[in-house]
Amino acid sequence: MSQGSPGAQLDLAGIIVGIRRMAPLSLFVIVFGLAFGVAALSRGLSGLEAMLMSALVFAGASQFAALELWGPEIPLLPLVATTFAINARHLLMGAAIQPWLAHLPTAQRYGSVVVMSDSNWAMAAADHQRGETNVGMLVGGGIALWVTWLFGTLLGVLFGSGIEEPQRFGLDVIMGCFLLAMLVGGRHDLSMLLPWAAAALAALAAMAWLPVHSHVIVGALAGGLAGVLQPARKEE
Amino acid sequence: MNLPATLAGAISAIVIMAFVTYLSRAGGVFIMSRVPIGPRVERFINAMAGSVLVAVITPMAVHGDWGARLALVATLAVMLILQKPLPAIIAGVLTAALWRLW
Repeated sequence: MSQGSPGAQLDLAGIIVGIRRMAPLSLFVIVFGLAFGVAALSRGLSGLEAMLMSALVFAGASQFAALELWGPEIPLLPLVATTFAINARHLLMGAAIQPWLAHLPTAQRYGSVVVMSDSNWAMAAADHQRGETNVGMLVGGGIALWVTWLFGTLLGVLFGSGIEEPQRFGLDVIMGCFLLAMLVGGRHDLSMLLPWAAAALAALAAMAWLPVHSHVIVGALAGGLAGVLQPARKEE
Repeated sequence: MNLPATLAGAISAIVIMAFVTYLSRAGGVFIMSRVPIGPRVERFINAMAGSVLVAVITPMAVHGDWGARLALVATLAVMLILQKPLPAIIAGVLTAALWRLW
């Protein structure tokens, strides 16, 4: 019904343009992928598992956070809750471009979000704002990011397997540093300090008194609630 | 419920993670086509997005060694000055490596 509508379309030419536009930025993703590969090996994942996670999950922050939960046993509920909480921002990203994607046939609509990630979404959302009808930036940009993320992980796995004591070289802290950089680098304002403080305190309290691994989800919920409850900022 | 970190257990965990992540990617498009996401839900999700990272990082700083703590301080400092994640992460790793060299 909406096929062929002028609101949005997806074609190979648009995808190739998207790949080209993302190419310079996606080179940086190789380095992050490398960091993930090294960190994954230092947490006891095999090279195959690290590659599989990068290929299927394709969401950096949640992959790093999952490593924190990895051990002789993998706690399923904390893993699901952490992954969801970190990736919940995708819900807002998807919602923001839904009016655009609504013009695509269902399979294309739900197919293109498979590779939706922060930077290709940002560029595609800007395209949409400008009135562009080609969704190629979202898909092509996502493909470029996916390929380089996977390639970087492969390099990290090859490089990391040659290191005997990752701690000595500070490689065990990559995970924490990556997540902290993502936290500070996002578009935030000072109104986030209260939710974050609530999250930190709740996480520490959960660590002391609640079952292992519950601290992530307790902190996330505490921060989310603090964000809703604090007095709304005056816009304008 | 725990999965053993055998190959089968790890692959199951990864597939489950991938499924949850895809739900987050498709969920916003799906929900928005039925009910618009309100400002309160948006504020909750925005506050939660950073909070979950805080909840992962804080115990690392509190229970980690001085190498890990100083690494986080270095990352934060470079991030605030340069606003570039890559130099910030490298500064963190180098700080931990140098601290442990002592």
